[in-house]
This record gives sequence, C-alpha cells and structure tokens, in this order.
Amino acid sequence: MKRQIKLWFSLGLIVIAVAALAASPVTMSVQVKSGQVRETPSFLGKVIEPINYGDRLEVLETQGDWSKVTTPGGQTGWVHSSALTKKKIAMKAGGQDAQTAASSDELALAGKGFNSDVEADFKAKNRNVDFTWVNKMEKIKVQPTSMQQFLKDGGIQPAEGGKR
Amino acid sequence: MTMRVSFLAPRFGAIAVSAALVLASGCSTMTQVGGIVGQASGVMNADQAEALNKSAQAIEKTFQDITPEQEYYIGRAVAATVLVTYKPFDREQANAYLNLLGQTAAQFSIKPETFGGYHFLLLETDDVNAFAAPGGLILISRGMVRCCKSEDEMAAVLAHEISHVDHQHGLKAIRKGRLTSALTTLGAAAGSSLGGAQLAEVTKAFEGSISDVTSTMMNSGYSRTTEFEADKGAVVIMKKMGYNPAALVTMLERMQQQIKADSNGFGKTHPAPEVRIAEIKKTIGTEAPPESSPVRQERFQKAMGGV
Repeated sequence: MKRQIKLWFSLGLIVIAVAALAASPVTMSVQVKSGQVRETPSFLGKVIEPINYGDRLEVLETQGDWSKVTTPGGQTGWVHSSALTKKKIAMKAGGQDAQTAASSDELALAGKGFNSDVEADFKAKNRNVDFTWVNKMEKIKVQPTSMQQFLKDGGIQPAEGGKR
Repeated sequence: MTMRVSFLAPRFGAIAVSAALVLASGCSTMTQVGGIVGQASGVMNADQAEALNKSAQAIEKTFQDITPEQEYYIGRAVAATVLVTYKPFDREQANAYLNLLGQTAAQFSIKPETFGGYHFLLLETDDVNAFAAPGGLILISRGMVRCCKSEDEMAAVLAHEISHVDHQHGLKAIRKGRLTSALTTLGAAAGSSLGGAQLAEVTKAFEGSISDVTSTMMNSGYSRTTEFEADKGAVVIMKKMGYNPAALVTMLERMQQQIKADSNGFGKTHPAPEVRIAEIKKTIGTEAPPESSPVRQERFQKAMGGV
C-alpha cells in the first residue's frame, strides 16, 4: 500500500512538473550574429530592438515560425524562430560554462570548433585563397525598409511573412 | 499490491520510451540503422547492433554540433575558395540589385536568420553557374544572369540557391569522418583555447570539409534528389514571397537553350533542365506564365541589362 501511494505521488509530481514546464516561458538564446525584435510576427514588421549573439530571451508564445519574446531591455516583440536555440551560449572560453559546453547538449560555446582562429590558420596555409571579396559581400546589408519598398514598388504581395 | 506496482512500472517506462521516440523521431532513421538492418537479417547480435547504433548516434551528434557560427566559417572559406577559380564581377549597381532581390527572398525561406545573414555576389564568367556556400553566401555567374529575362526569373534562380542553404546541402557533402576527428580534438581541449597541435588538427578537418563542399558544388554536383529538393524549396519561397513560381520553369527553358551538355557549369553539375522542369510541374501544375510587371521589368533591365 505504501509503495502504491509513493508511486502515485511521484506520478503526480511528474504531471505537475510537465504542466509547469508547458505553461512557464522558455528561455532561449540568440544564435545569429545580430538580429531584430519586431513589432509584429513578420519581416515587414517594425524593428523595435536589435539583439545579439548569446542574448537570452524569454519566449512567451509561438505563432508559426515566429516567437513572441521579452528582450533583455524588457520590451515585448517577435523574433523569427530560426534566430533562436534552446542551448545556452557561453560567450567566453575558459570558465565553468566553457568547460561544460565541450560535452553538453544544453550548452554551446561561442567560438568553439571552426572559428576565426581556424580561419586564420586556414588562410596562412592556403595563401591563394583570398577573403577580400567575402568580406566585401558580407558588408552588403539591405535594410528592412528597403525590402518593404522593393516589394511595394514591384507590386509583389507576400502570401506569408507579409503585413498582418 | 506488488502486482499492481509491477504492472504500472513497466507501463510508465513504456510511456517514457515512446515519448523519447516521438522527440527523437526527426533523426530516428539513421540512429536505428544497426538495430533494424543488422538484427533483422541475423548478421549481428544485439551487442553489435547496439555498438553500431552508438557510433551512428555519435556521427549524428557531430552534425548537430555544427552551430550556425561554425556553418558561417565553413561558408566563408567555401565562397573564398570558389572565388579562386571564378573572379568576382565588380559592378556595384548589379550587385546591389542582386542583394536587394536575394536578401528579400531569403526572408521567405525556412531559415531566414543565418549567423552572418544572406549575401550575394556576381561572378565574372560566361559559364552558367551558381554556388550556395553554407550560411548564405551565394555566388551567381554572369552566364546565369543571362538565362534570366525578368526579375521573376532572377528571383527563381536565387530562391533555388537559398533553398540549398536552407537544407544545408553544402554541409551534407562533408565526409562524416572529418567532423568526428575534429570533435575528438575539441573534446580533448575542453573549452580552453586550442594549442598549436590541436589547432593544426582542427584546421586539417576544416580544410578537408571545405574541399568536400567545393568539389561537390563545382565538379561532381549534388544528387538529382538534392536538386529537386532545392527546386521544390524555390517554388515555396516564390509562392510565399508573391512571385509566380512558373518563372522557374521559363528560366529553365531558356537555360536549356543556353547550356551545352559538355559545358563547365550547370550542364555538368545539374540534372538537365527538361528533367527539372518535369519534376517542378508535378508541384506547381500548369500555372499560367508569369505576368509581366513594367516596374519590375524596368528595374531588372536597368541593373542587370548589361551583365
């Protein structure tokens, strides 16, 4: 009898824990160099706050490919879910986080593996490979307002990701 | 009472197992290979099957461990390596238009947010060619631009390349062993910065990875299935964005006329345009040809006319 009560009790605890997990906001990390929090779940939505690699965001709800988040600055807005990971991102080598990150599924270490050091070593060993134009093309960044204007001028009406 | 406990316990275990299976279903095909194939045919015992499954899981993990940041560094080196063979076409107005169209199209892809974002560059060659380096660095030849007679068709070409990035086709060309060896080195380094010998080891894996991706993109080409997948993804992007996906078909029809079977670019690395057209038509049906828009035509001609 005692064992049965114990079992039901632990089952109950599990149910409560699962329910709590489902209801509470999930914290996720920004996994891209830089991104934007928008007013609406759309790339045409107004940008309200920039976000950076490793930033931790509270995800309040999801709608399609978009996550509603609270930013470190305390604002609420929408981020495309492809910018986010469940993993916590440790930004500095060394330290406790970095030690754990090497063998963890929950933690990623920024700059681990193929990184700028490896690229520099690669360049040194492959002198014929020139990164000048790669750096130049990376600087070409189209602003969201220009994209919007481009679509509008061309009479292109997005089916998804458009204005809501 | 004990009966009841022992009845419940395995059942709870079964629920936990099935929950785990549901969670892992996205990658279950590969990790269960040893169990399904080997044991069923009786060539290996349960222990051997288990060992094989463990190594399959280890390989899978190496791919999960390629973070967007690492994909970005692979992509940079792949693009730089392609640029050894093909020189960039340095015309600001054309490259600006290409980026305006391409970066806008990328917003309608599966993964619009990559670590360093999407960037496009024209290549100075008459070969009909295009390359999608991991992470979103996309290179388009002048010869390829000449296969496009409208903005819609240009959008179709870019959408196809964006779709390759979306599906990580470049990364999938990397031989698995390279990443496993790099991961072992990284595991040994445990988060501290890499020493000389360790760095050399990881750079070796990096060089090998770059070579795998570039040789696949430039010489052997992806499989037909992979190209069909990219075409399918392109159709989805076109539809979401608001272009008529039939522009992909009209572009391919023109490409059919322009490439020779023995040419250096798409003729060598891609299925024949007619084969791709047949496959695309299965998805889009027989949609009406794209409507022409005077504004789009004018800006396309202005930017790309002389390319």
